Amino acid sequence: MDASHTPWRVETRTNASRAFAMAAAIVVVLGLVAPLFISRGLLRDLFFILTMLTLAQSWNLLAGYAGLVSVGQQAFVGFGAYAMFACVILLGLDPLVSILIAGIAAALLAIPTGFFAFRLQGAYFAIGTWVIAEVVRLLLAQWKALGGGTGTSLPSGTTRDMFGVKAVGDLFGMRAAQAADVVCYWLALALAVATIGFVYRLLRSRQGLALAAVRDNQEAARSVGVDARRVKTYVYLATAFITGLTGALIYVQKARISPDAAFSVIDWTAYVIFIVVIGGIGTIEGPIVGVIVFLLLQNMLADYGSWYLLVLGLIGIAIMLFAPRGLWGLFTERTGIQFFPVRRALRGGPTRIATKGAPHG
Amino acid sequence: MPILALQSVSKSFGALKVADAVSFDLSQGEALGIIGPNGAGKSTLFNLITGNIAADAGAVHFAGTDVTRTPPMARCLAGIGRTFQIPQPFEKLTVFENLLVAAAFGSRKREADVTDRCAGILVETGLLDRANQPAGSLGLLQRKRLELARALATDPKVLLLDEIAGGLTEGECEALVATIRAVHQRGTSIVWIEHVLHALNAVVGRLLVLNFGKVIGVGEPDEIMASREVCEIYLGIEV
Repeated sequence: MDASHTPWRVETRTNASRAFAMAAAIVVVLGLVAPLFISRGLLRDLFFILTMLTLAQSWNLLAGYAGLVSVGQQAFVGFGAYAMFACVILLGLDPLVSILIAGIAAALLAIPTGFFAFRLQGAYFAIGTWVIAEVVRLLLAQWKALGGGTGTSLPSGTTRDMFGVKAVGDLFGMRAAQAADVVCYWLALALAVATIGFVYRLLRSRQGLALAAVRDNQEAARSVGVDARRVKTYVYLATAFITGLTGALIYVQKARISPDAAFSVIDWTAYVIFIVVIGGIGTIEGPIVGVIVFLLLQNMLADYGSWYLLVLGLIGIAIMLFAPRGLWGLFTERTGIQFFPVRRALRGGPTRIATKGAPHG
Repeated sequence: MPILALQSVSKSFGALKVADAVSFDLSQGEALGIIGPNGAGKSTLFNLITGNIAADAGAVHFAGTDVTRTPPMARCLAGIGRTFQIPQPFEKLTVFENLLVAAAFGSRKREADVTDRCAGILVETGLLDRANQPAGSLGLLQRKRLELARALATDPKVLLLDEIAGGLTEGECEALVATIRAVHQRGTSIVWIEHVLHALNAVVGRLLVLNFGKVIGVGEPDEIMASREVCEIYLGIEV
């Protein structure tokens, strides 16, 4: 063997990712202390953005990595929200516990819906998921105890009595309503960070490798021993859980629910797809970039009514045509920088190996 | 006991019989070549062995077990490795990652435990200098090598090679034959579909001739190539 032979090893981290990890830690800490310094209005905006980011990360995992292009994720947002309302109103549980139960309920709902949806491929899968979401909406609109088609509100004082609100209020000298906003915001922050962490860990795991193989070529993946169906099912259930949690959290903050709002395909799926597509599908960075752009556009176009949707649509189409890998895709193609590297690079051995390569799509 | 045995395996696509009661045995450590004109059902035969296509009738036995109704994934785990005639790489993954998937899932191991084996296969198949490039950036010849490398990474007992030497230059073909011989000498059984007969004859001990989904001869390569029926089929094809 060559004298310069070193043991083989696999490297995933890059210099950019190390620097980014530091920066991300700082951002998260700033995010944690932000409620002490910013207005309630801004805090609610941040809450909204964080929940949209979580929904976008979860849809991106589903569509961008598992190839399951669902337009029916509102089924899990709405079902999670309704499950939370049921726990609070009918069972008298704490909203925090209810959110957790809502996530589990959404994952359970995903078992029968997955059973039907997985029989469909491509565009049929997309339409199927939408139909399923409509069916769930119509069923829940029959639930008279939760207000039927017109919806209902959380009992007044629910969020003020929520676990942790009193402690936060006492600690920072806030009124209960404000403290409840802070607790919701922290939950949204924790959920967003945990979701990104989960997706990244998954992609770097053995299952993540299988997922990438199935995405690239399902037939070949099966031939090398990958259980394509199992990987996809796992992702479908995990994203249902995350989406259900997020839906419940959003509606703890809103405190008022109706079937039409909770199962809105525009609010919980179309916006989410827009965020992922303009940011860059199939990357973790993409939804983060997308949600920032979405927030800016929303603020800029807030006064133009329905023109807002029209402009969003046009921007979405333009990006799909001219930068199909999104804004983050454009950036990373030129610089090669990845903040969440998942590429396993082979290092060591007798010869030098070229290190440059295009990023994961 | 043969490692692989097909018993009267049949498959039709509508009126077209692509496999007509095909039977053959492959002994442990044997290398069998399959020849036949285009459309004879050679690749279909591989898909029947790997489970990508389900047989209408007959049975496939692998290592003493009936795998006729077993899905492709499980057959791979049992030890059937295959290359595709048209290379099917995981395009966005790197060459190394292509092998890593196959090694980790094809032999049920952790990634860290298969790194050395993948690196070894990259060296053996001459792909080491492309290890960290996306498989989608490879040219046809390297894609064919990647097919071989990825199949080897699953640690197969039987390796199915589908026209792996087609389109290669003389030198490239020789290098490939040397690699396949080395694999065979380590004890892997091989079934090899090929039009490049001199490459095939450098490795295989027996030839099977397929035409219109039917086996029309099995035996020593010299014997087979001398038979009248085979000459008729191959009339106009350089032998």
